[in-house]
Amino acid sequence: MRHDLVLRVIAKLMMPFTLLFALYVQFHGDFGPGGGFQAGVIAAAMVILYALIYGLDQARKALPDWLVETMLAGGVLLYAGVGMAGLMLGGNFLDYFVLHADPVQGQHRGIFWVEAGVAVTVSGVMLKIFYMFAGRGRDPE
Amino acid sequence: MSLALHLPALQVVIPLISAPLAVLVRRGGWAFLIVTAASWAALAAAIALWLATADGATISYALGNWPPPWGIEYRVDRLSSFVLLLVSATAAIVLPYARASIEREIPHAQHYLFYAMFALCLTGLLGIAITGDAFNAFVFLEISSLSGYVLIALGRDRRALVAAYQYLIMGSIGATFFVIGVGLLYLMTGTLNLADMAERIGAIRESRSVLAALAFLTVGISLKLALFPLHQWLPNAYTYAPSVVTAFLAATATKVSIYLLIRFYYSVFGESFVFQKLPLPEIMLVMSIAAMFVASLVAAFQNDLKRLLAYSSVSQIGYITLGLSYDTVNGLTASLVHMFNHAVTKGGLFLFVGCAVAVAGGSSLARLSGLARVMPLTSFGIVLGGLSLIGVPGTCGFIGKWYLILAALEKGQWGLAMAVVTSSLLAVAYVWRFVETAYFREPHASLAGRKEAPPALLAPALLLAGAMLYFGLETSVSLGSAAGAAVMLMAVGK
Amino acid sequence: MNFGSHFSYAMTVFLMMAGLFVVIARGNLIKQLVGLGILQTSVYLLYIAPGKLIGGTAPIISAQFQIYSNPLPHVLILTAIVVGVATLALGLALVVRIRETYDTIEEDEILARDHGEPAHDGA
Repeated sequence: MRHDLVLRVIAKLMMPFTLLFALYVQFHGDFGPGGGFQAGVIAAAMVILYALIYGLDQARKALPDWLVETMLAGGVLLYAGVGMAGLMLGGNFLDYFVLHADPVQGQHRGIFWVEAGVAVTVSGVMLKIFYMFAGRGRDPE
Repeated sequence: MSLALHLPALQVVIPLISAPLAVLVRRGGWAFLIVTAASWAALAAAIALWLATADGATISYALGNWPPPWGIEYRVDRLSSFVLLLVSATAAIVLPYARASIEREIPHAQHYLFYAMFALCLTGLLGIAITGDAFNAFVFLEISSLSGYVLIALGRDRRALVAAYQYLIMGSIGATFFVIGVGLLYLMTGTLNLADMAERIGAIRESRSVLAALAFLTVGISLKLALFPLHQWLPNAYTYAPSVVTAFLAATATKVSIYLLIRFYYSVFGESFVFQKLPLPEIMLVMSIAAMFVASLVAAFQNDLKRLLAYSSVSQIGYITLGLSYDTVNGLTASLVHMFNHAVTKGGLFLFVGCAVAVAGGSSLARLSGLARVMPLTSFGIVLGGLSLIGVPGTCGFIGKWYLILAALEKGQWGLAMAVVTSSLLAVAYVWRFVETAYFREPHASLAGRKEAPPALLAPALLLAGAMLYFGLETSVSLGSAAGAAVMLMAVGK
Repeated sequence: MNFGSHFSYAMTVFLMMAGLFVVIARGNLIKQLVGLGILQTSVYLLYIAPGKLIGGTAPIISAQFQIYSNPLPHVLILTAIVVGVATLALGLALVVRIRETYDTIEEDEILARDHGEPAHDGA
């Protein structure tokens, strides 16, 4: 789709808003519907849109495979790390109460980082799946 | 922070963390070190938990400090610590073997992903055994199954793909049935905590929804544990998976499903309800007998050693469920101890077969003819495992069958005792097929000039061969735990 | 106790049977996966529908409300959906590779192509 000017311009215009929406869903997840899972999918959808319009190779240049793999592993590690932090601070595994002097604040802090981990992993996984399926048949095995 | 207090969480979390770390390092060697270290740490945790629960104590761990029944509870008792020990010990022994084995069977670039998947599978299996929450058990079941499908699909043969796909379909149907059963129980009791569920279910046991839940759970888990008519996925999956994957899954995946079934029957629904009010023991008896005979017969006609042993697994699972259907302490003990001993036997056998495949290039019996002259140790190991499958005294397979016969006689069921003995004779038939090819035939052309498998492959296999003999003679660990768990389950289930 | 209040259960059973039928009766691998998806969807409905109480509100404690809907099934089903997505992705990935090696996604044709090959020797 190298010459479809309308598509290329509109896609580029939409991207920052998609990302902003993802961040809104991510951070508003504390107060309303939303959270890391949804935000991760929306953020990944942005990259997938980019890949559809500008081609898979361009998307892979922007977000290379190693970065995607790091994302999907790093998010899980962040999640587990929050769990271990609770353990280190004297609580049980995944204990958010001990993450802050005030237990309610602790819950807030815990879920914040956990959701961040979820978002990173989910967008990593979605992109990995997309890259794998879309790249099938082009990659030299 | 006292480490001992957090062992139930660490038991699952350590293998879980090793999986993303293995992906991050992106190198087969490092991934191998990380996952192996994690599996050894998991083994240490399992041993500590096993010791802590040996006196019949129950350890409860509230994840996130949300007290049960609101939060997810990890609950370790004699039964779960026994299964944890089995799974983590198998992983700890199999992983060193994996390095040399996948070198030959899986492309180099995929090694770190193999270890990540292996760690996830281990996490799932340990999680099923340790969790006290019904839905959490479903999630762990799917973690272990999904990673299991991937591991099977890594086999070199293109049929591995079809085998993995068929396993995925059957396994997903099983898991969906399981989650339907859990859902119905949740609707009826309003809780997901197994202990809490057991308390609340008392008054409404007879309601149709609970009966439907029991039926869904039974069929769903039976698919996962390959109870006789639902075993269709197993032979292909075991045959075409990489050797080390076959060994690990054969030793653990079906066993953990059996644990889950026992957990629901005894700790949730209650023994008196499941086994005395419902015709379940009769159904299970028929399935088990059919498995013991039909699968053994089919095994005797296979031309591929891996497939032969896969069918033998189906028949051995028949013995385990046969013990369940007796509904006595001795019967349950027989089930549990046979579950453990069969895991040791089949794990060891598939490791030896892996050695043979590494040298001979295939596992068809034709290719393995004359194997004993080229690979005496491997052949001896396979024969030893075969003897254990038959149930020869001195090997660990004997203990379970002995208790099965004892339990049958205790109930005055001479016919069942005879059935156990007769079906063991069928095992002689299929084991003999290997003995005949390996010892009494001229070596196959592809074996010319070959030598015994390298020590890296042989050592873990020999270790399990030693375990087959050890648990056949010294039974305090296996039989002691099984009997203790059986007494506990029967007492709770009343 | 009328059909109306049990509508969601009727739909659950319908979807469950439809999904199971498609999985079992179809030889096309993609169609089997579709059936599996429908089967799993029926479970989502089984959990979610009873969580909603008629007249119930979001479970945030307030003096104004007495009846609350149960939020827990949503959390459970979010997890189950993730599991379903993972299953579907893995299943499709396997189908893609099967298509590449066998050049077909019909079960009987795949079996026919493997027929007669020596067991596990070509490896």
